[in-house]
Amino acid sequence: MNWLIDFFGDAANWSGPDGIPARILEHLEFSAAAFLIAAVIAVPLGLLIGHTGRGAFVVVVSANAARALPTLGLLVLVVLLIGVGTVLPVLIPLVVLAVPPILVNTYEGVRGVDADLRDAAYGMGLRGRQVLFQVLTPSALPLILLGLRLSAIQVVSTATVAAFVGLGGLGRFIIDGLATKTYSDVIGGAVLIALLALAVQLGFTLLNRVVVSPGVRQVR
Amino acid sequence: MITFEGVTKRYPDGTVAVDDLSLQAPTGAITVFVGPSGCGKTTSLRMINRMIDATSGRILLDDQDVRAIDPPTLRRGIGYVIQQAGLFPHRKIVDNVATVPYLLGWDKKKARARAMELLELVGLDSRLAGRYPFQLSGGQQQRVGVARALAADPPVLLMDEPFSAVDPIVRASLQEELLHLQSELHKTIVFVTHDIDEAIKLGDTVAVLRVGGHLAQMAGPATLLSEPADDFVREFLGKDRGIRRLSFVPAKGVRLGSTPADLVVDEDTRPLGWRSNGGLLPYGTFDPERDSLRAALDAALLSPNGTAIAVDGDGRVIGVATRDALDEVLAQHATGPDEQAREPDGEAPVTDPKRAES
Repeated sequence: MNWLIDFFGDAANWSGPDGIPARILEHLEFSAAAFLIAAVIAVPLGLLIGHTGRGAFVVVVSANAARALPTLGLLVLVVLLIGVGTVLPVLIPLVVLAVPPILVNTYEGVRGVDADLRDAAYGMGLRGRQVLFQVLTPSALPLILLGLRLSAIQVVSTATVAAFVGLGGLGRFIIDGLATKTYSDVIGGAVLIALLALAVQLGFTLLNRVVVSPGVRQVR
Repeated sequence: MITFEGVTKRYPDGTVAVDDLSLQAPTGAITVFVGPSGCGKTTSLRMINRMIDATSGRILLDDQDVRAIDPPTLRRGIGYVIQQAGLFPHRKIVDNVATVPYLLGWDKKKARARAMELLELVGLDSRLAGRYPFQLSGGQQQRVGVARALAADPPVLLMDEPFSAVDPIVRASLQEELLHLQSELHKTIVFVTHDIDEAIKLGDTVAVLRVGGHLAQMAGPATLLSEPADDFVREFLGKDRGIRRLSFVPAKGVRLGSTPADLVVDEDTRPLGWRSNGGLLPYGTFDPERDSLRAALDAALLSPNGTAIAVDGDGRVIGVATRDALDEVLAQHATGPDEQAREPDGEAPVTDPKRAES
């Protein structure tokens, strides 16, 4: 508790380029960039594979790879390959981390839509694209959002690794704190990351209420 | 009119679902495809709106080959009702019903007004319009399914076992409702079921299919019951064919006698029961204008003295039919000409010329 008071009570921690607000901002920048890139890749891909049924192996491979690849290892590898100095070494591992949950859940969501519903949609005279966007996507939306949420939380938690390669973010408090044995900084940084993850969770819960039809929300 | 000309569906693995099927579903009438599972009835239905494409042969909608029409365009002009209703879970009931009008580019106001009209037509409370499908019972969802199929007023309606997932009481009321709707709308309906009783109740013409997609017999329900083409049809029709056929004989021809003194009626001349020493005995009634001979016979069996009470539309006694009077009519129909009570416009039922081959 004292450590928390030391960390959050220190006025010096609240200003400047290495203050809490600046670090949160940096942290969110890495996370948001990685998350958005992943979403732009994985949502359309998941929709397409789920709708056509072709290329399902991509989903399986990606899901397995996600479990096998250590993010930190990948970070080190990328650094070795392209060097430090840009945000790329951080973005690549984070995107790789963020894609599978979105891809798998989007795919499963579309794939799992009741066959009768799909049949009815075609039977009413909807075209393939209309079936995907007017029927399958709205029905799969709860699962798609679940994938996005899991991904966002993972990214926010893991963006900590940016500090390993000299970049900012909340990881700085942890890495630097460990190096200088300033445990109040370590704990404070960890708490901030946890709070950020909770905020992401909350944000998605609210988003769910706004964009998912009550007719689908109740079914789940 | 929907015409099948030598239609065959063969799957790549060699399975033949429908084999050289030729038949006609007349305009403005209900044609039922019935048969055991694997007889190709659903496949045949789905080839009409090209949910499945035939391997060979042609299906004509009036005079146009369905293969010449782009499937989504074709389907927007054909109502389609499926077993599990298949309502869009994320859309409100009113928007579900308006699905096809929206696709056809109607403006939202007009489409919704039309949807409200249809909800009323299928007997649903307008308060349900703003609900979502999961908030409705199975029977209500099925009504919405019918309303949705009718929304753009298509001349043809395809119904694929639409009532088989609901309980028997709801099913009976949905069947009544469909007959009532049809008496107003005169759609060309193709209806698939595995339930022969449903086929006989609803069909103007019934096509009995056997496994492998062969047409075993196509006829009006009364003809089917009295003259099954072969053992397969006879077996499929089940027991009590003779009694069931009486459902197609109107009770109108039954000779009515005057009301006997031992029938107790209230001040409006509605029956109360048969007088006896110990009080009133039970009775059965039928309406000669509306009911069938089967109903009259049933009414007679419900009375201990074997006399059926004839009533008018308001339930007032207009006479009685004694056992002798019923016997006279029964005798006529045991051997007499087949009654085609429900054949539309006097069109003769079509019997498959190939029926002799099996």
